[in-house]
Order: sequence, then C-alpha cells, then structure tokens
Amino acid sequence: MAWVNAIIQGILIGGLYALFACGLSLMFGVMKVVNLAHGDLAVVGGYVAVGVIAVTHVPVLASFLIVVPLMAILGYVLQRTVIQTALNRSILTTLLVTFGLSVVIENGLLQFINAGSHSLGVGNSIITGSFKVNSQIQLAYLLLLIFGVAVVVLLGLQYFLSRSKYGRMIRAVADDQEAAQLSGINYRHVFGIAAAIAFGTAALAGIAYGMYTQFSPTTGTDTILLFAFAAVVIGGLGSLWGTLVGGIVLGVAQQIGAQISASDQLLAGYIVFLAVLVVRPQGLVARGART
Amino acid sequence: MTVNGTPLLEVGELTVHHGQLKALDRVSFRVFLGEVYALIGANGAGKSTLLRTIAGLHHPTEGTIRYDGKDVTGLRPERRATAGIVMVPEGRRLFPSLTLEENLQVGASYARAGEWTIERVYELFPWMRERRRQRTEQMSGGEQQSVAIGRALVANPRILLLDELSLGLAPVVVQRIYAMLPQILGTGLTVVLVEQDVSQALRVASHIHCLLEGRTTLQGTPADATAAEVEAAYFGLATAGEDLWPGSTPSSRAS
Repeated sequence: MAWVNAIIQGILIGGLYALFACGLSLMFGVMKVVNLAHGDLAVVGGYVAVGVIAVTHVPVLASFLIVVPLMAILGYVLQRTVIQTALNRSILTTLLVTFGLSVVIENGLLQFINAGSHSLGVGNSIITGSFKVNSQIQLAYLLLLIFGVAVVVLLGLQYFLSRSKYGRMIRAVADDQEAAQLSGINYRHVFGIAAAIAFGTAALAGIAYGMYTQFSPTTGTDTILLFAFAAVVIGGLGSLWGTLVGGIVLGVAQQIGAQISASDQLLAGYIVFLAVLVVRPQGLVARGART
Repeated sequence: MTVNGTPLLEVGELTVHHGQLKALDRVSFRVFLGEVYALIGANGAGKSTLLRTIAGLHHPTEGTIRYDGKDVTGLRPERRATAGIVMVPEGRRLFPSLTLEENLQVGASYARAGEWTIERVYELFPWMRERRRQRTEQMSGGEQQSVAIGRALVANPRILLLDELSLGLAPVVVQRIYAMLPQILGTGLTVVLVEQDVSQALRVASHIHCLLEGRTTLQGTPADATAAEVEAAYFGLATAGEDLWPGSTPSSRAS
C-alpha cells in the first residue's frame, strides 16, 4: 500500500511540475528560445506574491490575480527588448542572454531581499487539510488544488491556441515566421504575447510552489528549472500535454525513489529523465498535442 | 498603350546585395493599376530577389520602392502586407500545422477592407469547402498553391506578388491555376509575377521585364516582342541593358 501511495503522491506532484514546465515548453515551441531564467522568474513570481500580500493584504489564494498580470507584462517587455535583441543575432545568443538574466535575477534577489526562505502560508484553512482514503493514503487538498490548476491551465492554453485568433497567429508564427509576416503579422508582437503567457504560468508555478513548500533565491535554478527541463524532455519538447505527462512521470519516479530511500528521491527522477533521453529522445508525447 | 495617373508601384534604381554578391543592379520599372507585370529570366537572374525586395523581405543597398506615391523602402514586410502589397511566396510556404481554413484565417488576420473573403475563395476553388478542416500537408502541390493564393487574396491586396507559381507543378495544373487569373484580376487587382516558364508569362502578362544577372535586358509588352528578341534578352545575346523597344518603355506609358 505504501507503493500505491507513492505513485498517487507522485501523480499529484506532477501537476506542480507541469506548471513549472508548460511556459518553458511554450517559449521553446513558438520561438525556439530555451529560457534558462524560467525557474528564477517563477521565484520572482513567488516574491512578488509575498510583497503583494504584505502590502494589499489580499488572501494568498487570490494573489495570483495581481501577480500573474504583472509577470505577463514583464514577459512581454523582456521579450520585445532583451530576448528579441538576442534572437535577432542567433538562437544561441538567447541561451547566453537568458542565462545572464538568470544570474542577474538570482543575485538581485540575494542582494535586495535575503538568502533566507520564504513561503506563502495559507494558514489554517481547508486547503492545508487532507483527505484520508485509508490508513496509508492521504490526499492533501493543496496538491489536489495545484493539480487541478495545472489541468485548467493546460486546457485553457490548448483552447486559446486552437480556437482564438491570437492562438492561431502564435501557431502560424511558430510554423513559419516569414510567411506570417507576408500575411501582415508582426511576429515580434506575437512572440511577446507567447512570452507573456509563459511568464504568467511561471508566476502561477512560483505561487503554487510557495504554498506547497518554501523558496529561496536559488530555488529557481536548483529546483524549478531542473524539474521543468526534466518534465519537458520526458514529455516531449514543444508539446503542452507532454509537460503534464512528463511532470507525472518525474513525480512518480521521485516518490518511488523516496520510498526506496529518502536520499534516492532526486536521483530516481533524473535516472528516468536520462533513460527517456536515451530510449525515446523525442519524448513520450511527441508533437501533435500542441494544436 | 497609355495609362494616366501615377504608377501604383514604382521601383527606382534598385540595387540589392546578397553578402558580396550583387543580386540586382539598378533595376527600375513602374506598374500601373490593373496591369499584369511579368518578371522573367533564367535561374539566378534576380527575379525572386526583386519580388522579395518589393515585399520587404530583402533590404536594398540602394534605390527606392514607391507604392501608391509613398516611399515604402524602409517599411517592414508585415506593414507592406497590411498596406496592400501581398506576396504568394515561392514554394507556397503554407502553415503545416494549421488546417486549410486556418491558413486562410491567418491570411485574413489583418485584412484590408475589400471584396475577398474566405467564402469568396471557396467560390473560386469549390473543392476547398469540403476539405477546409484538413491540414495542407497531405494536399497536392496544385491544391497547396491554390490555398497559398487564397491566403493572399483574403488580405485584399492591391498588388499581388506571385513568386514562381509553376514551380514543381505539372503543366496541366499550372494551366488550371493561370486560368483563374482573369477572375482574380476582375476584382481590380494588380499583379507582379515571377515566372520561369516564358511562354506562360507571355500569355498572361500585359508587360514583361527580362532580367539577366541582376540587370534589365528587356522591357515592354508581349505583343512587341518576337520570340527571338525574348530569347536574346533571356540568354544575354543582346547588349545588356539595351531597351529593344524605346517606344514602349514604362515612362512613355505614363505620359
């Protein structure tokens, strides 16, 4: 029964990993940018939430209503300035620039906030409770909520990409920038919109992570970015639902590893990640899910 | 033939480089409303470069492009498209992950006001209606070319740039596509086209412009040209840059 519990917990935590990963996957799918600052931006989202809550006293659960739009605007602006400038030179330059961005954010947080941990406590509400299935299996409401949010975000993204005018334009630009320009589309603006969405999901991921556990300035690179990468690669680059599949596989592997020995938790996840890279480098859900 | 008023498109002394290579050397011409202006020439003569420069995809080193009296030389491709210069690119360049209808919808994203709608394209190509939910990847070359033309038409261009429509298509399919041209022209469009197949170009064009290694070797109406003259200009047998029909140059058309 302990193994069943490990698998169930792994599936639930996979929702959080999907939230980490979907923005990374979207930016790669649309503009071929691997945003190495993605995890740090999620952490920035968490810190912004801490600040917003301290100043406005909005409930933790409602903080995303302010934080997500703020981060989306930041995403649009950064894409149209720093990242686009890098893209104009080469795809490779974007790796250097987003890596630089990551270093700047991390050290900025260390400098202007502190190295300590923050979390977004929801207090004694129903969210912190759990639901007992039997003596061995407990489902935390918070993890269920995060999993639900991840599914809603992915459904929303899929609906937006497949049905809306801007979603169609994003897919067209991802297919062929030049042909899109010939149809009157300013691809830089479309890239900005894609980045805004990606940063918005990163902010959600940061808030969810802060509610689940605690973050510090280095969490972005040492946890969120790595897990996001693993989830994206396991699921399949550029595939939206692949991020959920990848997140779940990563989560289950980690929980099973932890079941063997607490120190094997991360190792087990990365072993599965490497195994997928070797056996099925295109990922478990290869293409198709994006449309 | 005399046409009054200002030219819709005026290319002046256009020079374009691809790196070190001079792809176009001081090419000039004017296109008036309702004309079908054909750019012909051998492979590598610079026809496609010229068309892509008009669309804004290449930047000229020298020279100007004026559209409807305004200088558009520095305008981005998407701004030219919304202003009414729309290109059907070489090789179709459809969006492979989009359905046929979505391809047309993208073309109409920033459409000018006009009579071309997706519905109207379906009337022109009736087979499209049934297959509008299919992706374009599995379609034949001729069908894809029709979708590419439809995608350009729904933007309601004033000038339609057609780059190598016949490339990779069977002759009978090419005939069928060119047979559509009068219906498209009937809506008041002006066409500038690049065509490898000279006899096809001579059949549809009101004016032809032959390029050889980036230079103009011949300009005029198809009626004025003998096959030998076209051949000479095409292969560079005549003196480069010489105008074979001084009486029918674009400048005299405007007067």
